Amino acid sequence: MEHIRTTKVEQVKLLDRFSTSNKSLTGTLYLTATHLLFIDSHQKETWILHHHIASVEKLALTTSGCPLVIQCKNFRIVHFIVPRERDCHDIYNSLLQLSKQAKYEDLYAFSYNPKQNDSERLQGWQLIDLAEEYKRMGVPNPHWQLSDANREYKICETYPRELYVPRIASKPIIVGSSKFRSKGRFPVLSYYHQEKEAAICRCSQPLSGFSARCLEDEHLLQAISKANPVNRYMYVVDTRPKLNAMANRAAGKGYENEDNYSNIRFQFVGIENIHVMRSSLQKLLEVNGTKGLSVNDFYSGLENSGWLRHIKAVMDAAIFLAKAIMIENASVLVHCSDGWDRTSQVCSLGSLLLDSYYRTIKGFMVLIEKDWISFGHKFSERCGHLDGDPKEVSPVFTQFLECVWHLTEQFPQAFEFNEAFLLQIHEHIHSCQFGNFLGNCQKEREELKLKEKTYSLWPFLLDDQKKYLNPLYSSKSQRFTVLEPNTVSFNFKFWRNMYHQFDRTLHPRQSVFNIIMNMNEQNKQLEKDIQDLESKIKQCKNKQSDGVLTKELLHSVHPESSALKTSLCLKEQTLLPVNDALRTIEGSNPADNRYCDYTEEFSKAEPGVVSLEYGVARMTC
Amino acid sequence: LENCIGSLSTLDSVTLMYPSSTEFETLLFSCNDWRLSYVNKEFAVCPSYPPIVIVPKSIDDEALRKVATFRHGGRFPVLSYYHKKKWNGKWYRTVIMRSGQPLTGTNGRRCKEDEKLINATLRAGKRGYIIDTRSLNVAQQARAKGGGFEQEAHYPQWRRIHKSIERYHILQDSLIKLVEACNDQTHNMDRWLSKLEASNWLTHVKEILTTACLAAQCIDREGASVLIHGAEGTDSTLQAASLAQIILEPRSRTVRGFEALIEREWLQAGHPFQQRCAQSAYCSSKQKWEAPVFLLFLDCVWQILRQFPCSFEFNEHFLIMLFEHAYASQFGTFLGNNESERCKLKLQQKTMSLWSWVNRPSELSKFANPLFEANNLVIWPSVAPQSLQLWEGIFLRWNRSSKYVDEAYEEMVNIIEYNRELQAKVNILRRQLAELETEDGLRESP
Repeated sequence: MEHIRTTKVEQVKLLDRFSTSNKSLTGTLYLTATHLLFIDSHQKETWILHHHIASVEKLALTTSGCPLVIQCKNFRIVHFIVPRERDCHDIYNSLLQLSKQAKYEDLYAFSYNPKQNDSERLQGWQLIDLAEEYKRMGVPNPHWQLSDANREYKICETYPRELYVPRIASKPIIVGSSKFRSKGRFPVLSYYHQEKEAAICRCSQPLSGFSARCLEDEHLLQAISKANPVNRYMYVVDTRPKLNAMANRAAGKGYENEDNYSNIRFQFVGIENIHVMRSSLQKLLEVNGTKGLSVNDFYSGLENSGWLRHIKAVMDAAIFLAKAIMIENASVLVHCSDGWDRTSQVCSLGSLLLDSYYRTIKGFMVLIEKDWISFGHKFSERCGHLDGDPKEVSPVFTQFLECVWHLTEQFPQAFEFNEAFLLQIHEHIHSCQFGNFLGNCQKEREELKLKEKTYSLWPFLLDDQKKYLNPLYSSKSQRFTVLEPNTVSFNFKFWRNMYHQFDRTLHPRQSVFNIIMNMNEQNKQLEKDIQDLESKIKQCKNKQSDGVLTKELLHSVHPESSALKTSLCLKEQTLLPVNDALRTIEGSNPADNRYCDYTEEFSKAEPGVVSLEYGVARMTC
Repeated sequence: LENCIGSLSTLDSVTLMYPSSTEFETLLFSCNDWRLSYVNKEFAVCPSYPPIVIVPKSIDDEALRKVATFRHGGRFPVLSYYHKKKWNGKWYRTVIMRSGQPLTGTNGRRCKEDEKLINATLRAGKRGYIIDTRSLNVAQQARAKGGGFEQEAHYPQWRRIHKSIERYHILQDSLIKLVEACNDQTHNMDRWLSKLEASNWLTHVKEILTTACLAAQCIDREGASVLIHGAEGTDSTLQAASLAQIILEPRSRTVRGFEALIEREWLQAGHPFQQRCAQSAYCSSKQKWEAPVFLLFLDCVWQILRQFPCSFEFNEHFLIMLFEHAYASQFGTFLGNNESERCKLKLQQKTMSLWSWVNRPSELSKFANPLFEANNLVIWPSVAPQSLQLWEGIFLRWNRSSKYVDEAYEEMVNIIEYNRELQAKVNILRRQLAELETEDGLRESP
């Protein structure tokens, strides 16, 4: 690689982020084409994918060397001290280059090779089939049909080719409406509630300015409300704060005038824009990175960042959708400005509240494919995959994952997947290891030939699904069909396992979750063992009763019974480690490196030297 | 030897409630360092101490009487916890003692017996730590009112560390604010967070935990003995001393051990429950004696329990139950302010003990932690703000439904019970099969 000048630096120190006494580990730093790797003296490896690096900073030279601070998009922060300044400079320059690629083709996904053949790769891409998904929802049907208007991306470049619209909306109406909507993103179906025959639709803001109207657009909205045979009025939800929407009118954009549209009820829900969200997260991370943080600084920082307020706003909007459909049986049209950030959040979260399918592992993948990937959430820009405009970066999808996490906290049995699944997805929206999240819309992805050149993330997650299963999930409980979360402020907690996922000293030292997960696995094994043993006992008994009759037969059976014995011994041996694993305190899955071994955690928690200087003992934890 | 004192300092609640002196004496017979003292038999030396206390063997009762006059409320230093640990093949014995503040006053009064007493707990050449639960400033101000702290010059083997744990009306204020914030469901996010912050509750939790960790660190890491006191030695002192034991002593994390800890370190140690737990959050902070000291202790235990969910034999409900009974109870256990008052009230004759009810198997099963796996480790909690949480089981208990969370907990219990059943069944079947096979073998061999 042309960007790498130094591949290995020895005697590098990795500082403990929260230690006030500069506790550190010494080891060797390696720079590879895709990762930065640190191996400490205990042979513990820290891998950092270049694409995960959000910023690299070289601090002023100190007596022990040159400090290098790396902040990652997955909220890992590492602080190295490189003994020689020249090495530090080389690494710094290489990382700057490697973490900010100019072309898609240089991203990891284009070189990542999980040793699959072409047909396996293609199968992987076919795992999630959105046409199937619409069929599952119950469209097409007498009210809704597949439109071929955007088949060649002629009407809207950022929409997918296949769009579902009301059957009575003719093509001229669609075309007319799309001309009246920002970026041509006219109202289309996002989710259809079969039982209520009501729909969640999505679009971008109308180009209404102060007084403009568009008859086709008005017709299309009417068609949507007519497609609901039960309730003739529909909600139009503008997810922006009213002030922002009004300001947009001066630029020839804006929001629907209730007087021009029959049967609509217009509603603002006040979610802030991507810039507010970006700076909110920045503030949150700044506070959390503080050494020796006091409780009051933490809470005032949390408050000042506004982060939980934004999360609550998204959640409240989604609940509005779910209620409109469940209680009033009304269809809802959602938009923000361009209809790819807040609209994606609200539509997907609303669907998740309404439909338990989206709370399964596969269903959640489908939901992300539908409302985020296919409808053109600009993943590459929002996640900063390429060296682009930093003002386009925003944690919109992270917020969505956080909302889902809050729901899993309130409804611990309603989700098939666990927190690790959410964290893993978050890891991969930034990793650029798989093709799913590259590019900003379907058209761009097709041009990049991602399905031929890269792999899909989903089959890999599915293969690993044991790790992501919620042991408490209860699929049978129909009462969870619609989730009605409580959004009183005290329900929203700081998501430590996301924003401090690599700061293990802050985590509980024993994980109930892992223990239950392992126990569930073990129960399955035990059930099998019981079956085995029972059948063997049966065999034995039969043999004995036969044996009394014919001694010869018994002799002929004898070899088999010894084989039986050995297999039993083997069984005992294989079963033992499972038992042992359970007895260790942190019953963690060793393959899941996120939750490391309890004893190891323990020794880490113990201070090497205790100093009681200034009358304040350093708490290592 | 060590066993004797070790078991003494974690005696069963039952023995401590009805101590039979002969039993104690046989236990102590061979112990060199410590003895039981009956100097307070009539509650004359220290009204807030129990009749029997453990003190260094070399200090006689006469000296104790003198020390009592030098310590706030007559609370002379007594043994709270006895810890032994093997280091490089050698056994180290360290102790936690607690007391009231020394009455040095402005003219720097000293008391030779006091110095002798606490030095008697140190081994030759070893240093100890005095943890004063007040800030240096507050401790200095206390001198004007006759209180004070140990001067380095007079206690050269001891190093004094000041930590600041709040007391009385400040804690009461904090509780009132927190409960108010939790009870108002209309707060928007900013207001909720700022009210939560303004209540300072979690700051107090952090301070108390930090002090307890410090005491535990002195014992376990430094191998040094500790003396803990604040002003009276009946509030923050007890919080720090008892939490340090939760961290250090596996036994105190069992049901019986925790009951014994509360009996010994709170009830016998003279935490004035009647004064502190009269009206909870719904009274003015001007109520002079009201303060959620015990609730804060329980909250700290809950924080550790959350971080080490498999290290405690009891669950959150056990803590909530104790909270409730401390404030209002059909049992006599938490009545009165100290042993002396309880004796006068003849509670042992007239009321039932909470423990006798709680320890019935039918009740205990409600409080059992299904995840408990006994371990002998010292458990260091994280005291970072990101690791501390609002105790929802107490503060949001009546403000929202916990139905789904409770159901999930039940499901978890089911999985664990099912696991035990399956394991038992596998073992039975295996034995059965083995028997059948030996029978088989026997029949074949002739």
